[in-house]
Amino acid sequence: MSATAVGFGDSRAARFWNATIGKKIVMAASGAVLFLFVVAHLLGNLQVFLGAEHFNAYARLLRVEPALLWAARLGLLTMVVLHVWASFQLLLLNKMEARPVGYVKKKNIGSSYASRTMYWSGPIIAAFVIYHLMQFTLGIGGTPFEEGKAYENLVAGFQVIPISIFYLIAMAMLMTHLFHGVWSAFQTLGVNHPRYTPMLRTLAKLIAIALFLGFASIPVGVMTGIVHT
Amino acid sequence: MNLTLHIWRQKNASSPGKMVRYEVKDVNPEMSVLEMLDVLNEELTLKGEDPVTFEHDCREGICGCCGFMINGVAHGPQAATTTCQLTMRHFKDGDELFLEPWRAKAFPIVKDLMVDRSALDRIIAAGGYVSAPTGSPQDANAILIAKENADLAMDAAACIGCGACVAACPNAAAALFTGAKISHLGLLPQGQPERVERALNMVAQLTVEGFGSCTNIGECEAVCPKQIHIEVISRMNADFRAASRKSRKEPYQDPSEFRRWSFGLKS
Ligand code: FES
Repeated sequence: MSATAVGFGDSRAARFWNATIGKKIVMAASGAVLFLFVVAHLLGNLQVFLGAEHFNAYARLLRVEPALLWAARLGLLTMVVLHVWASFQLLLLNKMEARPVGYVKKKNIGSSYASRTMYWSGPIIAAFVIYHLMQFTLGIGGTPFEEGKAYENLVAGFQVIPISIFYLIAMAMLMTHLFHGVWSAFQTLGVNHPRYTPMLRTLAKLIAIALFLGFASIPVGVMTGIVHT
Repeated sequence: MNLTLHIWRQKNASSPGKMVRYEVKDVNPEMSVLEMLDVLNEELTLKGEDPVTFEHDCREGICGCCGFMINGVAHGPQAATTTCQLTMRHFKDGDELFLEPWRAKAFPIVKDLMVDRSALDRIIAAGGYVSAPTGSPQDANAILIAKENADLAMDAAACIGCGACVAACPNAAAALFTGAKISHLGLLPQGQPERVERALNMVAQLTVEGFGSCTNIGECEAVCPKQIHIEVISRMNADFRAASRKSRKEPYQDPSEFRRWSFGLKS
């Protein structure tokens, strides 16, 4: 068997991790933290519509205490590593091992498109995050960058149309990822109720769409000239 | 009605298989899919050919023996219906049907459309039972059970272990099956003493058998002939989570023991 095979180690943590449900619980919990980060990130970013001064002040505020900044960064990085690591192991199990011979004909009759494409939307979001950090944190994304001038960097970055379009695609992927991910995390953690789960699934979609519209408004705002230097 | 069938033919687990085309004429719409195959098999036998092997027993939708993919859907197009209960009137003249066995690493093919589902038995053996001492029967009302829980447990207990959930799952996971068994016992007072160990052992057995992992997408509940809801999966997840925290056993039972038992290697 593979990396996901039961390698019955001695510790309880190892055994939790070795069970497929254990990995899923890790994915749900790390996904929940990342989801909350995304919501907070959007709320922060929307301040771009308040003008350069306000936005740059917000950017500076985030960096006031380097120790806190790095704690947050390492915490998020840990969540990303856990989320990706678990999903990658499960991907190998599910797609490479669990069904060695596929069907000649197979119809999907009960699942949503978003739920079946988590393994596509996930990696695209990951690629986006890497570029996003290169562009606006490290300043090596190929667009004009000046330390401490978040607003100007953002406007210059999004004036490059292909980059803005890539951002929009990535945000659409994030939306589909959350269509399924938000309610699925509850299911994995053991919360399912005939009254609340349908509401939760609708709510998950609404939140995902709201996040998409929120994030998309920024590159669109730059491209249409509403946000400018 | 006349139909064209494409059936997976495979001599045994080790030989390669392929889809073979058959024409069946004058199919009676009142026949079940299995009866239609019976007719085909009679013809094949008369011609001296090897009849198509498929599993069946009760033919009334309660034993869980039957089942194969019909045009890419486990148990065919009719919801809440086993293959044996699916009548030919749901198809029309000239239809082409693709019949394939359940596909999963944990379900090796025995022959043609028949797979070995003993992996599900081993999951049960890992904890899907209650250890009840036998003796004189106690008073029927001695153990009180809330009506709602009795109903939910009964819904979960409707699982016939046919394996359609595994077949329909893109990950070949057995989450709906195992969730149904864990829910059925976990909702009743009799199931409480072993609840913690049950969740840990049955879930561990899932991995040992080579099933995939659940991605909560719901293909399983769509094909389940007993309409078991994926709520049972979340109940299993909750039990597993609670059990991982509560269990005092260190280490818990090695599921490979069950495998040895199942293959007769252990006394
Ligand atoms: S033969 Fe028993 S359920 Fe179909």
